[in-house]
Amino acid sequence: MASRPRPISPHLQVYRPQLTSIMSILHRLTGIFLSLGVVALVGWLMAAAAGPAWFTCAQQVAGSIIGRTLLFLWTGAFFYHLLNGLRHLAWDAGWGFEIPTAYRTGWTVMILAAVMTVTAWVLGYWARGAF
Amino acid sequence: MADAGNKNRANKSLRSDLGRVRGLGSAKEGVHHWWAQRMTALALIPLSLWFVAALVFMTDVDHATAIWWLGSPLTLGLMGLFLIALIYHAVLGLQVVIEDYIHGHATKLILLLLVQASGFALGAAGIVAMLIIVIYGG
Repeated sequence: MASRPRPISPHLQVYRPQLTSIMSILHRLTGIFLSLGVVALVGWLMAAAAGPAWFTCAQQVAGSIIGRTLLFLWTGAFFYHLLNGLRHLAWDAGWGFEIPTAYRTGWTVMILAAVMTVTAWVLGYWARGAF
Repeated sequence: MADAGNKNRANKSLRSDLGRVRGLGSAKEGVHHWWAQRMTALALIPLSLWFVAALVFMTDVDHATAIWWLGSPLTLGLMGLFLIALIYHAVLGLQVVIEDYIHGHATKLILLLLVQASGFALGAAGIVAMLIIVIYGG
């Protein structure tokens, strides 16, 4: 059956970036990035199971500049994905679709994610006696 | 006459001939993927917060302390649930991303298989590591 050419939706680059669209893309990107974190988590558990030498090595990798940068980005991605995920669950329940509400919850997620990420790291350094 | 009527109706159907031949309607799985993605998300709210909160206070632990924490029955149970919900949720999410952006049939299939196989492998490795810690003490 020959199908007529149907209208297709314009692709991302023709839209003016908006908070709502950027946050939607960010949700996917943080999801992909967090999936890579599963590899690090399982690697860390395996190192702990393999004994003190392996675990010390894993802790040194995690504590290196690259390790800390990745962990900081994972923390930020985690809080963003968690909070924006709650926003998605609210949408699934039929709440918050109005444009002003979507913007208000959107900014709330952005600001809370940043605050929680910084708080987690301040607590982390405080717990190890940095200050 | 009845046949001609059926044929006419069939041509007006919104489903393509190929779609009808393949029989891959939504009835094959319904909302299972969508539902599982949300249920794992709900489970991950407390589990992931527990995990991150624990990690925040364990940035400079030595092996003995880590084993003491990881080896407790409570940690074993919560970590097991966390790993399963996390990997299930990640595989479902990556599956959607692949299906949305990868259009080559072979590439798509291979990537989907890789993601699912990695999910099973990582889940098994994580749980085996936890069991080794609980049984042998790392």
